[in-house]
Amino acid sequence: MRKILAAETSGSGVRKRRTQRPVSEFLVFEDVSKHYGAVKAVDHVSLTVKQGEFFSLLGPSGCGKTTLLRILAGFEQPDTGRVLLGGEDVTDLPPYERKVNTIFQSYALFPHLSVWDNIAFGLKVAKRPKREIKDEVARMLTLIQMEDQAWKKPDQISGGQKQRVAIARALVNKPRVLLLDEPLAALDLKLRQRMLIELDLIHDEVGITFLYVTHDQGEAMSLSDRIAVMKLGKIEQLGTPAEIYEAPRSSFVAAFIGDTNFFDGTVAEPLEKNSVLDGFLSVAVDKDYSRLKIEDFPDLECFNDKQIKEGEHVFLSIRPEKLRISRERPEPGPHLNVIEGRVEDVIYLGSQTKYWVRTGDYRISVIRQHSRFLLDEKPIRWGERVWVSWHADDGFMLEKYSEQDENLIQLPPEEVGETTESNQILVRAPAAGAVPAGAAGR
Amino acid sequence: MKPSRLPLIVTWAVIAFFYVPIVILVANSFNSSRFGGSWESTSLKWYVRLMNEPSIWHALTNTLAIATAATLISMVLGTSAAFALHRFAGSKLQKLHYSIIYTPLVLPEILMGLSMLLFFVALKVQLGLATIAVAHVTFCLSYVAMTVLARLQDFDFAIIEAAQDLGAGWWTTVWKVLLPMLAPGILAGGLLAFTLSIDDFVISFFVAGPGSTTLPIKIYSMIKYGAPPLINALSTILLAITFLCVIASQYLSNRGRPAA
Repeated sequence: MRKILAAETSGSGVRKRRTQRPVSEFLVFEDVSKHYGAVKAVDHVSLTVKQGEFFSLLGPSGCGKTTLLRILAGFEQPDTGRVLLGGEDVTDLPPYERKVNTIFQSYALFPHLSVWDNIAFGLKVAKRPKREIKDEVARMLTLIQMEDQAWKKPDQISGGQKQRVAIARALVNKPRVLLLDEPLAALDLKLRQRMLIELDLIHDEVGITFLYVTHDQGEAMSLSDRIAVMKLGKIEQLGTPAEIYEAPRSSFVAAFIGDTNFFDGTVAEPLEKNSVLDGFLSVAVDKDYSRLKIEDFPDLECFNDKQIKEGEHVFLSIRPEKLRISRERPEPGPHLNVIEGRVEDVIYLGSQTKYWVRTGDYRISVIRQHSRFLLDEKPIRWGERVWVSWHADDGFMLEKYSEQDENLIQLPPEEVGETTESNQILVRAPAAGAVPAGAAGR
Repeated sequence: MKPSRLPLIVTWAVIAFFYVPIVILVANSFNSSRFGGSWESTSLKWYVRLMNEPSIWHALTNTLAIATAATLISMVLGTSAAFALHRFAGSKLQKLHYSIIYTPLVLPEILMGLSMLLFFVALKVQLGLATIAVAHVTFCLSYVAMTVLARLQDFDFAIIEAAQDLGAGWWTTVWKVLLPMLAPGILAGGLLAFTLSIDDFVISFFVAGPGSTTLPIKIYSMIKYGAPPLINALSTILLAITFLCVIASQYLSNRGRPAA
């Protein structure tokens, strides 16, 4: 399982194959850069989006995701590179000549026009026949279930309804790509979850390519076919939500998407592979796995897909739910790592329990799903000595997680109300807790 | 504890201070007596006399023509100025621009009137309706600019991008989105400018030429010849127009703003 994923995401094989088949290159950013003064908002980004895809640009504020979207919409001119849409170079076209439509974070509905006129705006500007405008607007009103509110003004409808009108106003023009700039950021948690489902349904229904910009990894993960994680104007990793979560290619991605534990270590010698061949015991070097030395820990094993050399300094990243926690020392198994610790905190979350386990300088976050009736099994309590174990495949040797990464992730989302924070805190905050234990402890 | 009555008393005192003279003036315009001291009977006599006074009609036409011209010109210029001020806020040039726009609001009128007179004389411009209108534009413009600028402060410019995004070119965006959205602000500024132009005496007095008497100047000259009841009636009419304009202007500048 692990190896398949790694094979798919590793290297540029996927991208190379695509450049040989230009037919599937529906939307292409080619070496696009944009500077604001000395700040590189977008730094030589190349990106290909397939037709009909739900594609997300995900990153902390200031990573250039919105700038990239605005370049496609035509509100910004790139300093270098070009943008191709359906094979046509649209880099120099003004916004009103591009077959893309945007949903703005503030919705940007026309306050002086009714819901009906808002939706009809694009068609009227395009001078479409009256009959057609009437039919199309009616169709859109049905899609967003607002037939009876057509004559209300934007300040007479709720936030969620404004959002839906904004979607209808864009979709009615049948754009080739729908651009969504943090469309859910201004909604409260409940409404956001509902709109998530609606967006997904609408995408399935209209089959238009969606380019979705967000700082919220939860939104990106649940909606997208593919995600590009961005950092400081560059694409850090590109892949399906599962690829990005399961096989993060950098410590920034590991910490930004979901929650993880970092351990500061040094790569040691590769593992030996013992096998019995024709009755003889043969010892070979197994390049797939390396030993890893971490201070205070016994020697660990880790999958080494990137062929990191002996002696190099790495950060080992392990997701909390990949760790197992038990009172008894688990049976030794192939590629199983075991360390001992003491439970420092227990947070019961209903479907799962989160443990904080102290080992040396590290505070390790472990998540345990309750698949069985919990009260029968005498749950692990605060202060108990426990064993934490994981399979070598579940650890990732990544580059150092720097303070700069942490600061980027901690940045407040741009121009967003306090409501958007809530679900991020649930999912991601522990990453912040896991890091200082490892990084700052030394 | 009973709330203190002091604020109420003060409020009434202030209102009285402001409005008693005006109320007396309005009341006297309906008094058939020639002298304000005694009340004869309620009548519209002075208004009728006013109707039959051609010089007053002439002054009224002048005033309205000047006010209309000055208002229209300052609506266009003021709106453009407000745009430049908002769009390039923070640049040194616009800070200077802002001072220039703002100065007429605080500059003594007599100074403006005098300097404008000297200016016109130096250029050998024939004084008349046109010079008054131009002079009025100089201060009306500031009021329009300030009103529109206030509206631009809470204007979401993503709306302009939204219009372009939906296929509207520059011209369509201005006509279909920008102007309709700013219209209440522009109109409010315009009405304010209109009232100020109608009321203006000092500046008009300096730059008026023969035959271009405006209503305030007419009233002033009538006082010199002593016709108080007529002035009362005329002032009441002027007052009514002004009040209507101010109320309409306030209504417009509040309309269309987000309720919160």
